[in-house]
Amino acid sequence: MYSQGLIGADGRTTESEEFLARFQARIDAEEKIEPTDAMPEGYRRTLVRQIGQHAHSEIVGMLPEGNWITRAPSLRRKAALLAKVQDEGGHGLYLYCAAETLGVSREEMTEELLSGKAKYSSIFNYPTLSWADIGIIGWLVDGAAIMNQIPLCRCSFGPYARAMIRVCKEESFHQRQGYELCMSLAFGTPEQKAMVQDALNRWWWPSIMMFGPHDADSQHSDQSMAWKIKRFSNDELRQKFIDATVPQAEYLGLTLPDPDLKWNEEKGGYDHGPIDWSEFWRVVKGQGPMARDRIKARKKAWDDGAWVREAALAHAEKRRARKMAAE
Amino acid sequence: MAVWEALIELADDHLVLGHRVSEWCGHAPMLEEDLAMPNMALDMIGTSRTLYCRAGELEGKGRDEDAIAYLRNEREYRNCLLVERPNEDFAHTMLRQLYFAAFMKPFWDAALVSSDEVVRGVAGKAGKEMAYHIRHAGEWVIRLGDGTEESARRMREAVDALSIYVDELFDSSDAAQDAEAAGVLPKRSEMRAAFDKVIEDVFAEALLELPEVPFGQRGGRSGQHGEGLGHMLAEMQSLHRAHPGATW
Repeated sequence: MYSQGLIGADGRTTESEEFLARFQARIDAEEKIEPTDAMPEGYRRTLVRQIGQHAHSEIVGMLPEGNWITRAPSLRRKAALLAKVQDEGGHGLYLYCAAETLGVSREEMTEELLSGKAKYSSIFNYPTLSWADIGIIGWLVDGAAIMNQIPLCRCSFGPYARAMIRVCKEESFHQRQGYELCMSLAFGTPEQKAMVQDALNRWWWPSIMMFGPHDADSQHSDQSMAWKIKRFSNDELRQKFIDATVPQAEYLGLTLPDPDLKWNEEKGGYDHGPIDWSEFWRVVKGQGPMARDRIKARKKAWDDGAWVREAALAHAEKRRARKMAAE
Repeated sequence: MAVWEALIELADDHLVLGHRVSEWCGHAPMLEEDLAMPNMALDMIGTSRTLYCRAGELEGKGRDEDAIAYLRNEREYRNCLLVERPNEDFAHTMLRQLYFAAFMKPFWDAALVSSDEVVRGVAGKAGKEMAYHIRHAGEWVIRLGDGTEESARRMREAVDALSIYVDELFDSSDAAQDAEAAGVLPKRSEMRAAFDKVIEDVFAEALLELPEVPFGQRGGRSGQHGEGLGHMLAEMQSLHRAHPGATW
């Protein structure tokens, strides 16, 4: 799951105007750009960064949900959660592969994540404090991700667009599964209902921040729009998400923690209260409550697994040498 | 002893090992293993669910899979000791999986002719799963055994730590003997030759010596577990037990 206005993209490019015009003509004709095609350096750099951030988000996103695998309250939920977290890992894998087509290796991207150089979706820097968080993440966080990723199925870069088709199918399943989990709590005991209301209170604002800064404050969006990497603005996607989510919360009998949220007949959508952007930027810049723990956990897995990866390489080398000697 | 109790032993083996393997999710040495281990865990948890449901039906007291899995304490769990051993490191985890799958594969193959329809169904599915668990875990045991100096040392340590739990796999409890007599489950002792063949082949390629086991540890089938299982169950059951009667 991932959805956030790209952080720190650098679409500057130095190619000739003629080259850029030819490239733009292909984009405007809705042709897919493939890895071996000529492309502006800024386009390549933007995509490496965006696909990398997306892949890292999937991988780091395994941690907050994985936090509840061993405590899932029924065997059915345990299996579903395990399968869901596995899906997220799978998304990470083929997104890394999509980025590799642009000439950057998974190892390099991993090093950047572990060193703190690469970003990932800041939503994962919040803790999962109760079982209801698992439902809310599916409903809201995966829901927000889908809003962002459905248009990415039409992204101009072929490998990314194709990867998104499968990712979206799975995310859509996760979203329905998350909502169904929330239903089991909202229509359950008073304690269960309180649990899911508390989770909603904690995740609502971070979820709507996932779409990134307001359009007026969003850097680099114009170039990404022109290159058709991005199809809708942050605010457009946020509005779609809120409009879809409010009736879902009403059905559950839950209250969204925004007293200013109200239907605006004129625009045909909901108005919402002010977003605390200081919190957003604080979390994006690494001061989220779980930021250090997330990277520490990823680093530990990577470091603890080093001997396994070394052994696999050493064994492959021995096999190759033995095969050569036998021939 | 009743047949349903033998099914619970079998289900406990799969749930406990599935739970242990699931503890790796998100923390594996490489992304491919972050995908492979949940897969194996899901296979085993899935098998346990069907067996718990069947055991509950045969018992006839209205217990469903969650009542059996979440509302028994460690003295009531009937899994063998091998499956509850902690993950330790990747070498331990893969060897534990290989030992378990090398036993379960011939077991499920033999259970294809069980007199119980549900057991036959499980056997058809789980036999295939265990075949690829043998392949996956076996390949890792070979890579690690014949990899680097460090991986070979860790693999030898895993063999030393886990081999004492192998013999218990071949024992049949009173309940299992009754299930065997009724044709519901195959005789556990008859799996030895197939198990030994898999282990000998893998160990030979992994440059590992077959262990000598002076004394095989036993006790799981009578609820005499190691100290780790109680902690595992405390974690697994905490939320379910905190809300008696709730549905999830």
